[in-house]
Amino acid sequence: MNAIQQLGAWTLGSVARWGRAAIFLFQTLASCAWVVRRIDLLMQQIFSVGVLTLLIILVSGLFVGMVLGLQGYNTLVDFGAETSLGMVVALTLTRELGPVLTALLFAGRAGSALTAEIGLMKATEQLAAMEMMAVDPINRVVAPRFLAGVIAMPLLAAMFAGVGVFGGYLVGVSLLGVDAGVYWSGMQEGVDLYADILNGVIKSVVFGFVVAWIAVFEGYDATPTSEGVSRATTRTVVNASLSILALDFILTSLMFK
Amino acid sequence: MKNKGILEFWVGLFVVAGVVALGVLAFKVAGFSGGEFTQTYKITARFGNVGGLSTKAPVNLAGVRIGRVTAIRIDPDHYNAVVEMSIDSRYDNLPMDTSASILTQGLLGSQFVGLNPGGDEIHLEDGDEVMLTQSAVVLEQLISQMLFSKAEGGE
Repeated sequence: MNAIQQLGAWTLGSVARWGRAAIFLFQTLASCAWVVRRIDLLMQQIFSVGVLTLLIILVSGLFVGMVLGLQGYNTLVDFGAETSLGMVVALTLTRELGPVLTALLFAGRAGSALTAEIGLMKATEQLAAMEMMAVDPINRVVAPRFLAGVIAMPLLAAMFAGVGVFGGYLVGVSLLGVDAGVYWSGMQEGVDLYADILNGVIKSVVFGFVVAWIAVFEGYDATPTSEGVSRATTRTVVNASLSILALDFILTSLMFK
Repeated sequence: MKNKGILEFWVGLFVVAGVVALGVLAFKVAGFSGGEFTQTYKITARFGNVGGLSTKAPVNLAGVRIGRVTAIRIDPDHYNAVVEMSIDSRYDNLPMDTSASILTQGLLGSQFVGLNPGGDEIHLEDGDEVMLTQSAVVLEQLISQMLFSKAEGGE
């Protein structure tokens, strides 16, 4: 009896949470028009969400590209197909690793910070104080952060892929001696602007949307205690990462038939 | 206010870097060869079969890359393929009787055009055609030829 009651409470709780998340998303989207009039707030958020995430993205991109170059070369050279190295590196980065790894890093680096910041604002009753002064916290606090995440993600993913291709070049061409012309021409032959690069950009926009949504919602919905904020931050990283990986499979199966 | 200017500068730089990265992906990764040879001249060659040759494939002379394939099209009158190549202008003294053949890097690697210089005094100019050509070796045809000749020999 007790177990069934608990199951019912859990179900009602999660449905209510989903509903709050959806309503919250609509409110945030409606507030995005307001943000256009306060570009300075958006600027500040793009700085903290985008520019400060840049270093980890660039360093990871370089190393992922170098590893791809090394592993790809070692595998391909057995088949005498090391001329396809450029194509392998570029396709892997633009289709999958660029958007997915950037989104995972973004959720860890920027998403957790967003949740903690908004959650702490709630715990210290700053959001309530704003409402008292007739300032809508969704306009003022949530929407700029959400929009900044959506804008920053595709730019970060593009930089990740670009640096990764350069990392593959460093290892494949400079270190292992694949011809530079073959590296680039194989890449240009195999990568299509619309099928590969545009789909990669679409993926990164979707991931940015989802990560930013989860991050600001978890912060806004956090239990206003120190424990609640820490739980919300953990949930952001876990839920965002799982959503990215699940969505990536769905998007990939829709995009690349 | 000074602080705000620095912040806007960094955000601007971030957006520029992102757009540049997208541009690199579009142009450098997905195609659009800027070309590493600054000055080139074009020559053409006719082949009965280009095999798996593609545009941007290298053109080699004695194993050294001196140009790239820029276009492959069909000559509708003669039913053969016309391959257009741009050659680095530093090598503008290729003899008129140079021969071109489509070769493969390794056994199953990508294909390229190999040039074999002749001994003519006249040099190839922009727009000239290489007369002596050798088509790509199609592996399947080679194998089937071998099998058929084996079968005939066995009778």
